[in-house]
Amino acid sequence: MKKDFNLEKRKYVLGASVVLVVMIYLIRLFMLQIMSDDYKKYADSNAFLNKTQYPSRGVIYDRNGNLLVYNQPAYDITLVMKEVKHLDTLDLCQTLNITPEYFQRRMKEIKDRRSNPGYSPYTNQIFMTQLSAEECGVFQEKLYKFPGFYIQRRTIRQYNYSSAAHVLGDIAEVSKKEIEEDDYYVRGDFIGKQGVERSYEKYLRGEKGVEILLRDARGRIQGRYMNGDLDKTPVPGKNLTLSLDINLQQLAERLLEGKIGSVVAIEPSSGEVLCMASAPTYDPRIMVGRQRGKNQLELARDLQKPLLNRSIMGQFPPGSTFKTTQGLTFLEEGIITPSTTYPCYGGFLHSGLRVGCHAHPSPLNLVPAIATSCNGFFCWGLYYMMGARKKYGSVQKAMATWRDYMVSMGFGYPLGVDLPGEKRGMIPNDQYYDKNYRGYWNGLTIISISIGQGEVTATPLQIANLGATIANRGYFITPHVVKEVEDESLDSLYTSKRYTKVRKDHYETIVEGMRAAVVGGTCRGANIPGLNVCGKTGTAQNRGKDHSAFMGFAPMDNPQIAVSVYVENGGWGATYGVPIGALIIEQYLNGSLSAESEAKAVDIQNRRIDYGIHER
Amino acid sequence: MAYTNGNMVKSVDWITIALYLLLVILGWFSICGASYDYGDMDFFSFETRAGKQLIWMGCSIVLGFVLLMLEDRLYDWFAYILYGIMMVLLFITPFLAEGTKGSYSWLKFGPVSLQPAEFAKFITALALAKFMDVYGFSMNRLKYSIPVVGMILLPMILIILQREMGSALVYLAFFLMLYREGMSGVILFIGICAVVYFVVGIRFAHEMMPDQCTSIGEFVVLLLVLVLSSLLVYIYSDKNKIFRNILLYGLSGVVLAYLFSLYIYPYNVVCFLYVECAVLIVYLLYLSYYKRITSFLYISLFVAGSVLYLYSVDYIFEKLDDHQRIRIEVVLGMKDDPAGAGYNVNQSKIAIGSGGLTGKGFLNGTQTKLKYVPEQDTDFIFCTVGEEQGFIGSSLVLLLYMVLILRLIVLSERQHSQFSRVYGYCVFSIFFFHLFINIGMVLGLTPVIGIPLPFFSYGGSSLWGFTILLFIFLRLDAARSKR
Repeated sequence: MKKDFNLEKRKYVLGASVVLVVMIYLIRLFMLQIMSDDYKKYADSNAFLNKTQYPSRGVIYDRNGNLLVYNQPAYDITLVMKEVKHLDTLDLCQTLNITPEYFQRRMKEIKDRRSNPGYSPYTNQIFMTQLSAEECGVFQEKLYKFPGFYIQRRTIRQYNYSSAAHVLGDIAEVSKKEIEEDDYYVRGDFIGKQGVERSYEKYLRGEKGVEILLRDARGRIQGRYMNGDLDKTPVPGKNLTLSLDINLQQLAERLLEGKIGSVVAIEPSSGEVLCMASAPTYDPRIMVGRQRGKNQLELARDLQKPLLNRSIMGQFPPGSTFKTTQGLTFLEEGIITPSTTYPCYGGFLHSGLRVGCHAHPSPLNLVPAIATSCNGFFCWGLYYMMGARKKYGSVQKAMATWRDYMVSMGFGYPLGVDLPGEKRGMIPNDQYYDKNYRGYWNGLTIISISIGQGEVTATPLQIANLGATIANRGYFITPHVVKEVEDESLDSLYTSKRYTKVRKDHYETIVEGMRAAVVGGTCRGANIPGLNVCGKTGTAQNRGKDHSAFMGFAPMDNPQIAVSVYVENGGWGATYGVPIGALIIEQYLNGSLSAESEAKAVDIQNRRIDYGIHER
Repeated sequence: MAYTNGNMVKSVDWITIALYLLLVILGWFSICGASYDYGDMDFFSFETRAGKQLIWMGCSIVLGFVLLMLEDRLYDWFAYILYGIMMVLLFITPFLAEGTKGSYSWLKFGPVSLQPAEFAKFITALALAKFMDVYGFSMNRLKYSIPVVGMILLPMILIILQREMGSALVYLAFFLMLYREGMSGVILFIGICAVVYFVVGIRFAHEMMPDQCTSIGEFVVLLLVLVLSSLLVYIYSDKNKIFRNILLYGLSGVVLAYLFSLYIYPYNVVCFLYVECAVLIVYLLYLSYYKRITSFLYISLFVAGSVLYLYSVDYIFEKLDDHQRIRIEVVLGMKDDPAGAGYNVNQSKIAIGSGGLTGKGFLNGTQTKLKYVPEQDTDFIFCTVGEEQGFIGSSLVLLLYMVLILRLIVLSERQHSQFSRVYGYCVFSIFFFHLFINIGMVLGLTPVIGIPLPFFSYGGSSLWGFTILLFIFLRLDAARSKR
């Protein structure tokens, strides 16, 4: 083969550049290793102690500036294995009030690389966490006896109120998985586990700092490395202001005592959640410090699942509160007009199928149908919508249209609240029915979804959001529990309006119906003079006793609060839903309860529902 | 087979094999040192890093032997097929991989994780060698040069999609091979200038000279422009006087301007340098016009281009999205760990510096064991060598690499077929690039780009990758007389 000798010369250029690079590196090595003595000094066997400076975690306020969560000093005990000498194990155990077995186990865990991958006998390892000031004081006095042990100051969470545990959430030591996912954390760090502590972790935690100290061979601190040039001061976490009103929250939790259920209230104009109570609940104070593990286990084992935030994780049939969405859809789709009447003599009757109803005048149009919560009216509506072949072509297409309306009103998908674990509820689609009924289904097959039964489920937050949407006459702002993060602007998700597919004037008809329900229909218990409450009851059938629900807002014009109440197995909507909803509205709009209402609140607080001992 | 094993023993290059074995064994000792903790430690236990590396090494040596026994024509035949398969594999890897530390490049096969990107290097090299092994190949014809550049860029882009910046940059090394095969030196020169300007300009943009007004980054880059253009004048024309003029007046002007800023009135000396560059451009244009020397026109274009490039890099960098800017800043070592910028490199310099002349002895290093040095048994493995073996040991290792790399040039040049020579230069380029970046970063001279040191860094994929790369070449070399 022909050789290009001109190109072959280039091997010298390449060879020379290799030699040049290696020479430069050799000179650099020479400078680092022989010329300079500084590095040797720094590297004297135990030269550095990297002392982490923990930032203070952001505190949490309610919407009126009441401090809910703050920090309290706590102490960690750490040790450097290589420096532990002549240890009197028994004395140590007595001082720290631990058993020798616990001591042995901890030492083994620390040394085990599988559970503690960052282990080195020369660096600080966490031995015990979150000791109180008293516990630590005893140890501090005897510290000289235990070389190699150190005390590190930290903070733990403290709570001013015993309520809102589900929203506030808690913090605990990071798990191994969390360390792998985010290398900000090291073993022994704390991380938000639930509630806003978790969803706003990145803001609350701040940023760790580090102080690099020089030590001599005996471990004594000699000063700072490079005069602290490489140190980093910790950045404190950002404070949160929640949209919760703590007084309202406390009232809601009081009213739910002894029951299983949820109360959610939203300010319609902003989407801010005013209260979010879920029962049974627990005192957030028990999830702090070294007792957390034990208490958490106990709560997790409780058959009534107090750890579950039912407001966003419970998926219930919305019952008659759902009829409002049906009325809106039928109006917008032109299936009915406000004056269309349907007959209902004791229920909806069609080719052998019967959906029962209670006594009320018949036939009737939309406003009284909502006021009296007529089942027949909405069954007919859905029947005609699903049967409108001319308009939709097939029942599948009609179903898809129906579902789009429900989704636009916030059902069927998580709303996007700023709390972890939100569930989506269930809005079936045509494929779902095609699969379940092998393609043979029609409006009659699925008639129960028109009254919020059957396959349809929703979270109490979604129901409250429905109230807010109606109050706003056609839009909602994604509900959120954090009103403000210090120095940050809120996610645009929580400031922008989401419009439904229904026109504003149709909402006015529904509002009229909900007002009529309060004035002379199923919600008479919520008729508080001067507040113009609008509401809708719900009585959701299920395997056990009916669930009692209420969805409403007030005042009718310029609404300030939308609320949903859900009490499992509470019976009629008017039994628990309406009075609890009315009390919440009164407390928020008037700032307090009248004497009469207070008596009613005490009565409801003292009522108990027997749930037996089933897992729920 | 076309030859007997006896032939193989005679024709294979034993010097390279000896260097390979020496480096692998030294590498293993370094991994022992880096992963060692005082107390209970058994290097031969497969629980430890050292023990696992022993398995990888055993496999590598078997692998090397197998590669030497294979028919050499296999590599020509399968080059394109392998390249195709590998590109598909690289493409689907991010979808199958579980993310570790933000990169999606590791595939899990039971207990073993492999990084396809490590094996893509030798496959790309084979494909390039095959493509360039045609009669009449010339880098000056677009018909050839465009596909070649495409074949290099494709795996690069796929690896960038796996968020493995370091491994992707290695492919730039192939341009060294292209240079040997006839790519214009000007392209290499401009490419290197662009990288140096970028790295220096961005890295030191916000660090100030002692007069507190001048940014080190811009100052150094513009000074480089001045010096490089005077050197170009020296190389491309015989006018030594002009070269002297530019260098002398230019530099003395800069020194005076800087002294003025330092002692009399602080101002941004970069402005003065811009003026000086403008003067230089005008001067060169004047010379090219009146003395009829076209090279001066090109050199003035180089100066103008450099200044514009620097200006636009600064401008674009400031306009980038935060997360993109941070990525670049991390690669350049401006941002890395909780202890602040430069911490990693500082730690690694301390570890090496503390080694002194003779080092602290095997397993006696303290810095690397206290976990002060990050990635101490992978990317920063050279720290352990520096700390435990001192200047003597680390320069020995460096020189061994130099001999190996120079030996690769010698072997490549003695090939009769273009295929083997191109492949040989690919091997050379990859080893050189890894050595340059890895050792440079440990010594604090090049940006922190996470690529392994061949044969030293812990990890099966990288060791296998380099072994295959090298032994295929040895096999081709052994068959050189009949190709």
